[in-house]
Amino acid sequence: MSAVNMQTANVFSFHGGIHPPENKAQSLQLPLGRPSLPSELILPLGQHIGQSSRPLVKVGDKVLKGETIAINNGFLSSFLHAPTSGTIAAIEERLIAHPSGLSDLCIILIPDGNETWTKLEPLSNWQDISKTDVLAYLSEMGIIGMGGAGFPTQVKLQGAHKNPLTHFIVNAAECEPYITADDMLIREKTLELVLGIEILQHLVEADNVVIGIEDNKPTAIAALKSLLTKRNSKIQLAVVPTKYPSGGEKQLIQLLTGKEVPSGQYPADIGILCQNVGTCVAVHDAITLGKPLISRFTTLTGDALKNPQNVEVLLGTPVAHLLDYADSEQKKLSRLIMGGPMMGYTLDSAAVPIVKTSNCILAASKKELPPPAPEQACIRCGMCEQACPASLLPQQLLWFSKSQEFEKAEHHNLFDCIECGACSYVCPSSIPLVQYYRHSKSSIREAREANVKSDLAKQRFEARKARQDAEAAEKEAKRLARQKATSSKATDAKKAAPAKAAPTATAAPASNDESKKLKVDIAIGKSKLKKLQKQLLEAQENEHVEEINSLQLQVTDQEKAIASLEEQLAQVPSAAPVAPVENTAKASPAPVSDELKKAKVDVALIGVKLKKLQKQLSETPDDQELKDKISAFETDLKAAQDTVSKLSENTQPSANTAAAEPKAVISDELKKLKIDAAIAKAAVKKVEKALKKAEEIQAPEIESIRQQLQEAQQRADELEKALANPETTAPKVAAAKAEPTAANLDADAAKKRKIDLAIAKAGVKKAEKNIQLLKEQGKDEAEINASEWPSKLKEAQDKLAALEKEQAAETTKSPATTEASAPSTPVATENVDADAAKKRKIDLAIAKAGIKKAEKNIQLLKEQGKDESEIEASEWPKKLIEAQQKLAALEAEESTSATSVSTPVEKTAAADSEAKVEPEMDLTTQIKKEKIAVALAKAQINKLNKRLENSPEDADSINQEIAATEQRLQSAETLLEKLIHSQTNMQENR
Amino acid sequence: MFTVLLAIAILVLLSLIFGAILGYANVRFHVEGDPIVDQIDALLPQTQCGQCGHPGCRPYAEAIANGEAINHCPPGGQATIQALADLLDVEAVPLDGDHGAESAKRVAVIREDECIGCTKCIQACPVDAILGAAKQMHTVIADECTGCDLCVEPCPVDCIDMVEVGVTAKTWSWDKPQGIAATSLNIIATDRQAEVAH
Ligand code: SF4
Ligand code: SF4
Ligand code: SF4
Ligand code: SF4
Repeated sequence: MSAVNMQTANVFSFHGGIHPPENKAQSLQLPLGRPSLPSELILPLGQHIGQSSRPLVKVGDKVLKGETIAINNGFLSSFLHAPTSGTIAAIEERLIAHPSGLSDLCIILIPDGNETWTKLEPLSNWQDISKTDVLAYLSEMGIIGMGGAGFPTQVKLQGAHKNPLTHFIVNAAECEPYITADDMLIREKTLELVLGIEILQHLVEADNVVIGIEDNKPTAIAALKSLLTKRNSKIQLAVVPTKYPSGGEKQLIQLLTGKEVPSGQYPADIGILCQNVGTCVAVHDAITLGKPLISRFTTLTGDALKNPQNVEVLLGTPVAHLLDYADSEQKKLSRLIMGGPMMGYTLDSAAVPIVKTSNCILAASKKELPPPAPEQACIRCGMCEQACPASLLPQQLLWFSKSQEFEKAEHHNLFDCIECGACSYVCPSSIPLVQYYRHSKSSIREAREANVKSDLAKQRFEARKARQDAEAAEKEAKRLARQKATSSKATDAKKAAPAKAAPTATAAPASNDESKKLKVDIAIGKSKLKKLQKQLLEAQENEHVEEINSLQLQVTDQEKAIASLEEQLAQVPSAAPVAPVENTAKASPAPVSDELKKAKVDVALIGVKLKKLQKQLSETPDDQELKDKISAFETDLKAAQDTVSKLSENTQPSANTAAAEPKAVISDELKKLKIDAAIAKAAVKKVEKALKKAEEIQAPEIESIRQQLQEAQQRADELEKALANPETTAPKVAAAKAEPTAANLDADAAKKRKIDLAIAKAGVKKAEKNIQLLKEQGKDEAEINASEWPSKLKEAQDKLAALEKEQAAETTKSPATTEASAPSTPVATENVDADAAKKRKIDLAIAKAGIKKAEKNIQLLKEQGKDESEIEASEWPKKLIEAQQKLAALEAEESTSATSVSTPVEKTAAADSEAKVEPEMDLTTQIKKEKIAVALAKAQINKLNKRLENSPEDADSINQEIAATEQRLQSAETLLEKLIHSQTNMQENR
Repeated sequence: MFTVLLAIAILVLLSLIFGAILGYANVRFHVEGDPIVDQIDALLPQTQCGQCGHPGCRPYAEAIANGEAINHCPPGGQATIQALADLLDVEAVPLDGDHGAESAKRVAVIREDECIGCTKCIQACPVDAILGAAKQMHTVIADECTGCDLCVEPCPVDCIDMVEVGVTAKTWSWDKPQGIAATSLNIIATDRQAEVAH
């Protein structure tokens, strides 16, 4: 009865195939072995096809056997589990079993020897819960196809739902010579295998379930047969004749169903699913025992092993450990192969680990696997075509691969080649055909990927261009719209003005009418101008460069229009001397204040333009034209500022004379004040920004920027005060106005110096770069010296030094002036302490920067091959020492003042919470700075090390430098620690 | 005489008819754009680096269509020159060194703790591969970066490195065998005693 139920499937055949010597008996002499725990397990994160897993553990973590140590990273990825209990020693690059011999990221696990299992949670209700949940569970158990490619099983099972399955095929063919791991697995775990198949069948619900097995495994066949009969199972057993490569997925499908998987399609497309026996057992272990995939059966074989056998081995076990276990003879070992002799690949190192897909380690002797004969020309014998199980034309493919005609190779179905090696095996010319195909395939794949990438790049490029065009168009449209609005408003006003004027001024002379009209126009134009200026201000604050440009244009346009109108207006009264009295009274103050306004606008405009040019200049420091322009603008600016101060003086009396309408004047003044205040605030903001930036990059010009900031703040404060009580502040305003211009001049000079400095620095950099380039190009010293660059470098350095000196002098001068001016401003009294601390810090930073620069320059000289004496002769060592001394002095000062400053602050903290925030802020910024310093030092060490590698002849000097830098790093680190400590202290205190 | 005239008349008529058909086809099946420029553009690497002297790959494609030399694109290298030569049926010439040398594939990497958030690199990147905002740390989306180098120069603090994309186990590809008379070590199927199966 049971014998009748036990069904045997029909067996078909496939084209080609070969009969290499089987060599399977060797590894079946001994029973299944279980090697001891190795001293470390190496678990690559990419054991499967698709994205590498993401590690869940950290170095030093203790893990239990079966614990998840890495999770999937996307759809086509898998989980990884600890094969035994122990400690994670590292997550690092290690050699992996791969034909490339490259390394990959691995988790290194040191076993503790206890083999303590984590809590196992079998999925006992797999029959009741949804299949998706079961699939998700399988994914979490790290189950992947153990036959070869390592395709995540749940993905394959999901794919099988596309079409109704006619066949679920279990691949037990194991056709490759030498390998007996599946054979042993079936013998040892027959029940688990069958239960696993049943679970899978429950998941996929195929019409037929067939186990395909080659007839060279009689023991396994018998075991399966008896079990299937006993269980009265519906699973069919198909015994296929031994022929390589019947274990290929497509070949086995053809053998068992007679169907061919169409080119470019998957078995699932024709309703067939294939699973390896190892996978079925793993599925069983995961679901009924809750054990993740942490071990596998692997064949250890080859003549170089005294005890070839199958082993159940933990994943991550190094091959060397297994070779020891099987008593390898180093003398005999000529090639170590992962996988079988047909489809495997040579391992360069025995340090690589066993992974989920490693089914065999072949330690072959020279006699067993002699080096292949040299390749000869193809004689077109057609043997390969006879042998090809995929019915391809290998000689044709070879031809196309050799001539790199990949497109034609693809047309000849290159991608249907399963790389079985049958063609290479039979080729009388010993042509490594598979090698050629692999090369072609990877080239084609690379080209495809490159294509995808370049398409993407193109898309993104075009999208960006479209976006930019749209932005530009939008701006243009807005500009046009605005212009139109202005002109239409103006014309409207023009039209409206006479209408309005008509009833009131019927008796008035025509000239008066005209002047009125003009005045209205001017008023409208002015309000427009005001609006534009406001927008400009906003734009400047937000740093919208393009907007600023277009706004500026508009402002100038508007100004011109107003000017011309005013001219006309001026002409009108002279043409009509009998103008009404009140008109002149109104008009006379207007031109002055207008002129003042205009002059101010000029100043602002020129300032902005100047700034822009300076920016440009810092980008292209060599542009003489720019420099000329800048100086021209600067003179303009000065002239404009002069007129402003002159005019503002004039305004005072005129305002007095215009006492007839004092309110209007005051409100006008008020408006002006407001605008000034806004401008001042914007200036403060901008300077603050600059300061921040400078701090971040540790620029030496921090000091002057700070000064600027202070001035700007002062000005803003004053203006605001003035704004608060406008009536009384008229004279003050004038003073405030006069002051900033002076300050501006100072700041301008400082700026100019800075720009010069930056230019000089850039020049030095460029010269250095060019010299470096020449060196790289292999030019020798003499040639380099003959070139203009060293002299240029020298020049630039000299200039830089001179400028720096100047700057230093200036900075020493300027604190004095600020200090002198500080007491006179009552606003800053409470800030003085903090200011002093800040200044000290800035001095410190400057000193540090000086040291750095000196060191760099010395280094540079060394690089340039100057000897010690020359270096000594140069100014730099001296400077270095000076700077170091200064730094030390400053640091001492700082530490004393830090205590003295911090105590009062803490005392007054309750009274003034703002004051308290400030030191903390300083601390954090300082910590940040220190961190940057540490990072910089590290980077420098790295760079130096790299250089050391590249130019061992300079080893001495570089080593010295490394030591110096390390010292610096250390000191910076200790400082950082201290700072962090004090910060935490402060926080605790609070 | 009449036959001659008749023949001429028929020919004139035929030519008119075919002319009309062709004219109609020209309008009806008009192809937008310049197909040869598209084809050339498709072969260029789309790095958009401008090393060819044009503001992007497409302008260079247009220039090639107008007769510029095909060897001005360093990122494409010899492979692109070969492909262009095949497409345009001209001689493949070596890369013009004036425009730069072919280099291994690289991507930009921003040293993030040094970035001051100036957004200059964002403005320079032709493929929007840099992510960041004013005063915020910036970073390069490595997958989108074409390695064009354009962001390196504008960075005021020099915190952008061009890093070679090394070969990993996943991107590695097989070498081509050396050819005739060379033994290759990787081919394993050696112990051949058996015959082809029948
Ligand atoms: S390696 Fe490819 S071409 Fe050669 S026999 Fe196998 S399937 Fe055919
Ligand atoms: S077997 Fe070798 S020699 Fe014969 S046709 Fe194929 S490639 Fe050429
Ligand atoms: S050199 Fe090449 S990659 Fe760069 S823009 Fe020109 S065509 Fe494009
Ligand atoms: S990130 Fe830099 S190198 Fe990469 S594409 Fe953008 S600009 Fe080019």
